[in-house]
Amino acid sequence: MTSSSPTVNRYDAIVIGGGHNGLTAATLLAQSGRQVIVLEAADSLGGALRGHAFHPGFRAPGLVHILNRLDPEVIRLLKLDTTALSGHPAPTVALSELGNPAILRGAYGETLDGVSAQEAVAFAEMRRKLVFQAGILRRFLRRRPPEIGRITLNDMTSFAGAGLSLLRKGREEGRDFLRMLLMNVADVADEYLDDDRLKGLLAFDATLGIHLGPRSPTSLLGLYYRLTGEINGAIGNQIVARGGLAQAFERAARAAGVTIRTGAAVARIIADRGTASGVVLETGETLSAPVIVSAIHPQATFLKLTDTAELGTGFVRAIGNIRSRGNVAKLDLALDRLPDFTGVSRADLSGRLVLARSIDHVETAFNPAKYGAFSCDPVMEITLPSLSDPSLAPPGAATLSALVQFAPYALKTGWDSGRAEFLAIILEKLEHYAPGLGNSVVAASLMTPVDIEARYHMPGGHWHHGELQADQLLVNRPVNQAAGYATPLKGLYLASAGAHPGGGISGLPGLLAARHILSGEKP
Amino acid sequence: MIPDVTLRRSRQAHIATPRLETPFHARIAALDETNDWYSWAGYKAAHSVFDEELEYFAIRSTAALFDISPMVKYRISGPDAERYLNRLTLRDVAKLKAHRVQYTAWCDDHGHVLDDGTLFRLAPDTFRLCCQERHLPWLLDSAIGFDVEIAEETTEIAGLALQGPTSFAVLANAGFDGIEQLKPFQIAEFSHDDTRVTISRTGFTGDLGYELFVPAGAALSLWDRLWMAGRNLGIRAIGYAALNRTRIEAGFIVANADFMTAEAALRADRARLPDEIGLDWLVDAEKPFFNGRHAILEARRNQSLKYILVGLEIEGNIPAEGAIVYHRKKHEAGLVSAAIWSPLAKRNIAIATLERPYGSRIVDDLWVEIYASRELQYQKMMKRATIVPRPFIKLDRRTATPPGLF
Repeated sequence: MTSSSPTVNRYDAIVIGGGHNGLTAATLLAQSGRQVIVLEAADSLGGALRGHAFHPGFRAPGLVHILNRLDPEVIRLLKLDTTALSGHPAPTVALSELGNPAILRGAYGETLDGVSAQEAVAFAEMRRKLVFQAGILRRFLRRRPPEIGRITLNDMTSFAGAGLSLLRKGREEGRDFLRMLLMNVADVADEYLDDDRLKGLLAFDATLGIHLGPRSPTSLLGLYYRLTGEINGAIGNQIVARGGLAQAFERAARAAGVTIRTGAAVARIIADRGTASGVVLETGETLSAPVIVSAIHPQATFLKLTDTAELGTGFVRAIGNIRSRGNVAKLDLALDRLPDFTGVSRADLSGRLVLARSIDHVETAFNPAKYGAFSCDPVMEITLPSLSDPSLAPPGAATLSALVQFAPYALKTGWDSGRAEFLAIILEKLEHYAPGLGNSVVAASLMTPVDIEARYHMPGGHWHHGELQADQLLVNRPVNQAAGYATPLKGLYLASAGAHPGGGISGLPGLLAARHILSGEKP
Repeated sequence: MIPDVTLRRSRQAHIATPRLETPFHARIAALDETNDWYSWAGYKAAHSVFDEELEYFAIRSTAALFDISPMVKYRISGPDAERYLNRLTLRDVAKLKAHRVQYTAWCDDHGHVLDDGTLFRLAPDTFRLCCQERHLPWLLDSAIGFDVEIAEETTEIAGLALQGPTSFAVLANAGFDGIEQLKPFQIAEFSHDDTRVTISRTGFTGDLGYELFVPAGAALSLWDRLWMAGRNLGIRAIGYAALNRTRIEAGFIVANADFMTAEAALRADRARLPDEIGLDWLVDAEKPFFNGRHAILEARRNQSLKYILVGLEIEGNIPAEGAIVYHRKKHEAGLVSAAIWSPLAKRNIAIATLERPYGSRIVDDLWVEIYASRELQYQKMMKRATIVPRPFIKLDRRTATPPGLF
């Protein structure tokens, strides 16, 4: 060993995983003057934002096709180039079998088209209520979760703030908040609405990416989570993702002086007597740093990269018990022309189309997932990404992207045979809402949770890096002993969607993890 | 349909024998005069066999046979067995040589003691862990990430403690050639019938003694071999009451008697760190990571240890079993968990848990309040207690190698 070599690979912080959370954490740490390196196993950065060509001339935008929660503070602190976020708010089109969709305009249906005046009033009342309640929860999503047994003054302030904002609206609102918090979305929708298209949409939005049906207890939390997000200054807003956001995160990181290495898969985290001090790459190369930030799935972090001899039995047990089996398949279609969805105007095709006819439709689509089978009448969310980003398809052609559920990770019959069968079912359903679409398909790519796991290194193919349910939130995300970004392995921090507050393109896990590390608080 | 009562009854035979019998039961039952049985981990075990006092003196004066078959036994083997046990337990298993035994303890992630026990290194990659409580789920979950096999062998392996001054003479007489070479905490294997018996120079009495392990099928013939060899050496079968006296004299603690194990404790403040039950000396901060490391070292750093386990010598001769310990006869300072009048030490001794700073910073002016029941009336006594080092007795014959032929 030469005398200079030990210092070559020495950094102040190593970030494992070049997804948007890893890049957010890395950028913020580098801005503080630290020498930071990001190690990404894939050949390009961006994680779930990472697109890929799935047919000559056609590109998929990535696992993400809707942006609805990129945190404004992340944008501000990273000085993120927001070109990729420009564009009009995308409407949500709740498709109908009869060809008369209900359309939500503005931020999550500030106005509605295609519903009765009475229903529009009821929806507005419900929307006001849910956005208000989500606002209470939002306070807790944008800060480190409180540590049970070590409640700080800041925590108390935050609790008091939440309490006050409840009380300001009167006792009735406070009572309703506590009443509704753990309800299921179906009961709430039934309380306010009559229109099956709207109720189906709410049921779908509350359960997308979560192993719950709309009638499962606590399923309203998924909808709250969506309504804690904002984009371009409006809560509940959404835009159809276009390319460029991953590159914007990368540019921000580079501008802050972050060293970036792609194709650099980490083989293991070096640790001794419960303290992490570096990583070994699959090539055998060693990098050392007093701070290791893992912006990949917590189970991959602890069960694949860490020697369990460096972790407590109880902790390993808890990590192993994280529920992280995805239920969503990602469909990308190459089409030789723009499809026509019955009753949907050309302009609204650039929005988000949701195929969920009713609460029952979503519930019955969920049922087989409990028993390891996919739905034969799935529900889905559809976008046409090439409308927002023409570079994704050749001139005149189009791409269609859909998140389809329920498609359980552990399919009993196996996805090798199930994939083609499920694809045929999806195409048949699409044909019903967009007659002629089948004939325009040039190529189809269906990623099941198993494929998502392989391509995006997400155990279980779960984009939240673990179920976003009451037992895996806040002080229990991903598990209680590692809920505050620091972990029982000293020097190792978590910063992925598996950490608080959870998944989606928000940057918050990365931001809050970096903030905790910078605060210098002992783990 | 009329249920087949006979068939049903035959499947419920276990109801008729709620306590399992150990492989030695036939011999002990034949010698039994007191009919004084208790349940040890689901087994029928003798509390006394013929006379508690005389059984005690068999341990201290001649040789005593005590059935330890109910002790929970796990076999841990495989290429990662040492690494696995090093993470599981407090002491450095790398320092435990093959054919040696280590007294040890293990903790949960919070540093709370799950149990203590003895770890036998039968071969470089094969261990036997003996303890009071059952831990299979914990041991299996601890194996995640290790190439190791874990099997409970409590029923398959019969265990017998042979303790007392003439125990070596008994074994020598029984034809275990080379037994004189065995040093304390050492293991050797011998032929017995068509199988092997593992003999370790270990015990729970603080006396010269051995523990023997054989497949359950060879248990009775092993008993007979020792019994025959010990006929003229004062060999006696004993129960737990006598053994308990000797273990108090030796200063040993018993799980869920002198401390609550973390999994058995229902109340959150009953779990104990090793340093709170006198096991601080087991904790090896220099060895690789182990369960509870952070919590134990943090409690030491922050001086947040709440309890301390001490040996007490109490004036008078009335055992202070279960007595409350006071400071200046006024402030409650702790509780006695085990106490006897020691015939060997001629002292009134006790093991107690005190709440710090009593026992750590404040060590003087301690008293125990003894309630002696005298024909339906309590005689209350406030007796002075002094903290003394454990063990309360130290016998040269325990460690002398070769041992004496008493």
